[in-house]
Amino acid sequence: MFGYSMADIGNIMVMQGFSGLSMFTVLLLMALGLAIIFGQMGVINMAHGEFMTIGAYTTVMLSKVATTYGFVNYYFVFAIILAFILAFALGYFIEFIMIRHLYKRPLDTLLATWGLSLVMQQSFRSTFGAKEVSAELPEWMLGSFKPTPDIDIPINGVFVMVLALVVTAGVYMFMYRSRWGLRVRATVQNRVMAGAVGINTQKVDRVTFALGCGIAGIAGAAFTTIASTGPTTGTLYIVDSFMVVVFGGAASLMGTIASAFGIAQAQSILQFFMTSSMGKVSTLLVIVGILMMKPEGLFASKLRK
Amino acid sequence: MNASLSKLVGGKEGLVGLAVLAAIIFVVMPLGLDIFRLNLVGKYLTYAFVAVSLVLLWGNGGILSLGQGIFFGLGGYGMAMFMKLEASDPITTKIQTTPGIPDFMDWNQITSLPWFWEPFKSLPLTILIILTIPALFAYLIGFAMFKRRVGGVYFAIITQAIALILSILIVGQQGFTGGVNGITDLKTVWGWDTRNDSAKYILYYLNGFLLFGAILLSKYVLNSKFGMLLLAMRDKEERVRFSGYDVSNFKIFIFCLAAMISAVGGAMFTLQVGFMSPSFVGIVPSIEMVIFCAVGGRASLIGAVYGTLFVNFGKTFFSESYPELWLFIMGGLFIAVVMFFPDGLAGVWAKYSHKLNFFKKKSSVTASTVVVDATKKDVSKNIANDIGVTNIEGAKA
Repeated sequence: MFGYSMADIGNIMVMQGFSGLSMFTVLLLMALGLAIIFGQMGVINMAHGEFMTIGAYTTVMLSKVATTYGFVNYYFVFAIILAFILAFALGYFIEFIMIRHLYKRPLDTLLATWGLSLVMQQSFRSTFGAKEVSAELPEWMLGSFKPTPDIDIPINGVFVMVLALVVTAGVYMFMYRSRWGLRVRATVQNRVMAGAVGINTQKVDRVTFALGCGIAGIAGAAFTTIASTGPTTGTLYIVDSFMVVVFGGAASLMGTIASAFGIAQAQSILQFFMTSSMGKVSTLLVIVGILMMKPEGLFASKLRK
Repeated sequence: MNASLSKLVGGKEGLVGLAVLAAIIFVVMPLGLDIFRLNLVGKYLTYAFVAVSLVLLWGNGGILSLGQGIFFGLGGYGMAMFMKLEASDPITTKIQTTPGIPDFMDWNQITSLPWFWEPFKSLPLTILIILTIPALFAYLIGFAMFKRRVGGVYFAIITQAIALILSILIVGQQGFTGGVNGITDLKTVWGWDTRNDSAKYILYYLNGFLLFGAILLSKYVLNSKFGMLLLAMRDKEERVRFSGYDVSNFKIFIFCLAAMISAVGGAMFTLQVGFMSPSFVGIVPSIEMVIFCAVGGRASLIGAVYGTLFVNFGKTFFSESYPELWLFIMGGLFIAVVMFFPDGLAGVWAKYSHKLNFFKKKSSVTASTVVVDATKKDVSKNIANDIGVTNIEGAKA
């Protein structure tokens, strides 16, 4: 096949698989946030990519501070926390001034948040400049790990993957094992009844939206380990992450993980054998095709329509 | 004026509205602007085709397509392919390795014309393709989605993904499509030079007439029984379905019509601007066109044209004078229109025009549809609240 030996193919699969894993983690983190916002609240947040960019810029800036004051080796942990907090706070604010007025009009949230994304992009450009910047990675993240001489696995990839798994577990715990998650799910199932039993549904909305944005901030921190950040970085991932959410079935956590994995791996492996644009096109085409056959996504909860 | 004609233009006020727009497009603009600016207005008016199509689809049908750039692009590329073939005759391209094929194909080591370029050697065939292929493509998408009752947000996201796919495909397949630069150096249509001033005037007027054709056609559709059903579908799809109508077929039809109108706009764009590139196909232009429509008033055909002109004049002005401010203003406009003026310029006009005491009767046609619609919505909402239906719908959405 394509003039490679079987051993080569195996190695390519493993290495492309790992580079796909880095993409998987970013997509997964983005999609988790979106799945919370879209799946639970029905709001289309087109500015989600920009919340990710906030996280990325936070990490980059913190890495600059860290190099000056000499704590490069462990700044990343703070960066993740700070990225989450900043994105969460902004999400909270945006929900308060904008989103909560639009819950009755889901299509309009899409347009309004697109407007927001334009404003945020231009703010990034005015503040940080149009040039792409990248974070100073701590030394322990730079090397790579070689199980056999032909396979090369970058440590930063492994790190962000672990991060993504931790966040996913955290989201699961939050949504299905905590009082807050219970309130969120109750509000989604029946807003009026949830209100009647004493749940402050407005507050639930606000925290849910902010949480989704905060996770996008973490996605941004993870993103800095694999690429450099520019004002329009977020737009690269927004359609992909929406496809992940829709493909996985909007309200299903398992579906989001599985479809993020499938989409990232398919793109990464196809990009090796075809040109990168054709790899992306064929992946997206397959997804759109499947969605046309099965609009509710792969792992939709059984709903009576 | 006989009854059916009166119904078509929307009575006296509808006629006044059309006449004012016609005066602006056909008299004021050509007299007041030099040919460079007029050409620019012509370009904006090609976007207005898409905005008009979105009024049909989104404002009246409730179907938000974030992929109208697909059809604008297909129309534009169709015309560009024809003009490119005419510009690449064997004599002018004799320095190429393979004379007679477009220059970008030669640069990409392609030695013969790909099969799908063949039909574009003939103008009638090209026009036929521009009118049918986008509609056919819309039919395929619409059939697959509306028959399965995919709508609303999912439809928006999937059309957006298709727009992304198409633009990546065009950029990636440089040898067949001209890549990221698009198809450039377009000169003539059947030997007629489209680049000199008189041709630009002719094309501007042709574009204006076609736009009016599109508006009248849309008015006709909206004033028919079908238009009523479309509104009913937008507001309470289930009830229309339970009344025995096949909702999906209506949606497919309006999506195809919208695609066709957008494609005509795309073809006129290529004729007037002289090139076509993937930057008019992808996600960003598709959403921008939704905003033109929203600014004008999503349910108003004439408003859509004003909205397009308004936003584009603003864009040109600010990107010439204050480029860094433009995205702030554009973004702010998006947010403001969606949050505070959901009926756009047409809504503002409908609200304040009667204060000018300009017309004896109070509201214009667009205004009355909007107002009637709003009260209808409120009534149905109240009923729904009374019987406790709202939250079920909320949960489902």
